[in-house]
Amino acid sequence: MSAPLVEVSAISRTYTMRSGMFGRSTAVHAVDGVSFSIRKGETLGLVGESGSGKSTTGRIVLGLEPPDAGEVRFDGEPMAAPGTREWRAQRARMQMIFQDPLGALDRRLVVAEQVREPLDIHGLGTRAEREVRVQELLRSVELSAQHGRRYPGALSGGQRQRIVLARALATKPDFLVCDEPVSALDVSIQAQVVNLLADLQAQLGLTMLFISHDLRVVRQISNIVAVMYLGRIVETGSADDLFARPQHPYTQALVSASPAPGRRSAGRIVLSGDPPNPAARPSGCAFHPRCPLAIARCVTELPALASVASDRQVACHLVTGPEAQSRDAA
Amino acid sequence: MSPLVSIEGLSVAFNGVPVLHGVDLSLRKGEAIGLVGESGSGKSVTWLAALGLLPRHARVSGSVRLDGREILSAPAATLDQVRGGRVAMIFQDPASALNPVLTIRKQLCEALALHRDLSGDALKVEARRLLDLVGIPDAARRLSAYPHEFSGGQVQRIMIAMALAGNPDLLVADEPTTALDATIQAQILDLLSQIRREMGMAMVLISHDLGVVAENCDRVAVMYAGRIVEEAPATALFDDPWHPYAQGLIGALPPLDGPRRRLTAIPGTVPDPSKMPAGCAFAPRCTVASEQCGVGAPSLAPLGDARAVACIRAEASRRALLGIAAE
Repeated sequence: MSAPLVEVSAISRTYTMRSGMFGRSTAVHAVDGVSFSIRKGETLGLVGESGSGKSTTGRIVLGLEPPDAGEVRFDGEPMAAPGTREWRAQRARMQMIFQDPLGALDRRLVVAEQVREPLDIHGLGTRAEREVRVQELLRSVELSAQHGRRYPGALSGGQRQRIVLARALATKPDFLVCDEPVSALDVSIQAQVVNLLADLQAQLGLTMLFISHDLRVVRQISNIVAVMYLGRIVETGSADDLFARPQHPYTQALVSASPAPGRRSAGRIVLSGDPPNPAARPSGCAFHPRCPLAIARCVTELPALASVASDRQVACHLVTGPEAQSRDAA
Repeated sequence: MSPLVSIEGLSVAFNGVPVLHGVDLSLRKGEAIGLVGESGSGKSVTWLAALGLLPRHARVSGSVRLDGREILSAPAATLDQVRGGRVAMIFQDPASALNPVLTIRKQLCEALALHRDLSGDALKVEARRLLDLVGIPDAARRLSAYPHEFSGGQVQRIMIAMALAGNPDLLVADEPTTALDATIQAQILDLLSQIRREMGMAMVLISHDLGVVAENCDRVAVMYAGRIVEEAPATALFDDPWHPYAQGLIGALPPLDGPRRRLTAIPGTVPDPSKMPAGCAFAPRCTVASEQCGVGAPSLAPLGDARAVACIRAEASRRALLGIAAE
């Protein structure tokens, strides 16, 4: 078993938000005590709905935003202060891909130049070597030199996301954060990009944090999956097993809400109540107002993330080790 | 039973570029039909054209009959009664369909006054009933709220309430849950099927999400590049797709349980409407295409009960798929 490349311990991030022009400012706990680690060459999938804090977690892990509490360690070292030389060296080893490839590309620059830019910035190789590397990168994302001479506007959505991926791989990073990288793509193109990501990861031994609201895509690409709800991880486990046997009532509802061809909606768990509002976090377990199983204890006491099986952790008062198994068997 | 809506040979061209190539589709009373396809496949354009909602520069031809009456080139007065009255439509982005500076009551009452003979207090009572029906808590008080005071899921509920104002026979829902989170999507879909059962309303559900359509529709039509390429009962389509594109779409969907397999991606991209290949539009991306496929676009041919497919290689493709599955 390889050592962790990324270790996140108890990170928190709070924003202050003003409601209305003269409203009082309220604290929004976007991320609240999140811990996980990702081993070298593995992928952690982070799923959750809007406002669950999954993107903020990604930004903190990359050092784009400082945590208010907690720590991120990369390859055994704490993240260096932004702007320092150590930080730049660390940042060259980690890259990021977002949902909207058009927003991430400069429309007035041919794409090959944009793929070369990180090499220029980090001063990698001679001019000729950089050109060779750009062609190599384009080939690795299954695009031709001809595609490289085009502007972003002349490429399809899937091709643009490949360019963003090629650019992210330019500095030979060890770690990639992907935030909803295929959500804007059509199903058939989504499959192309997911396959490509899996291939590149296997070839290059990349470590990834894969953030998405799409359970199917996350399961396809991840080794370990963590489910977030209002800034906290509520369940984590192996990708193969988590969605097949969800333990936390929220994960169960999420799996149940994910439509599947060949299954009618009968028996679906439909949660009542509004989507969670991070600015008005309920007391105790944040999920209790929508939870069909909530008991009195859930209103007052925040459940901790605890192991219930060898590779499963759940933050729910109603799910404990042996009990969970008997409930599963019943 | 005569169909509620029957569309025949519906074609649309924008600035001389054809985007819809002769769509045939019919819908019975109370039936739920799903329209799936990727961006640009023409699933939304079909219904915008049928209801006369496309901009003037669009050239529309063919026939659209509602209860046997032609509505495609009907006068504006007739269309005004059809739209919002007999046929209602809801869209992906509900917030932009509401006026941000008017209260929900004002907007609901406007829709009710247009399509029902109601006035004064009766209007307000009905507005409140509709809001109750779509599950907005505390409806009486919430009627005087503005759109921004509601969450995304609630705004879509309000749009559904407005759509129901005219007691429609058909609701066309164009990606109604695409902008919503999974658990809220489940709520809205649940609400739609509950209302449909209670009111005996027919529904067209337009979506790129195969799962959403499969779970909520009786029959599904798969569209590709402006044509229907396969039409079948929902369960039959997902258990045993015939068209190579339908097979590709289902193969491209990662499974939620069972063993993980490499996704079978469809190579290439959707053709540009102005550079449509001769013959079958899917042929350049198709793994079982033959020379014949480049000759002419295949028409939608019936295939046993209640199914139709537009592919001359459907049999071969299906055999190939089953062969792989047997290994």
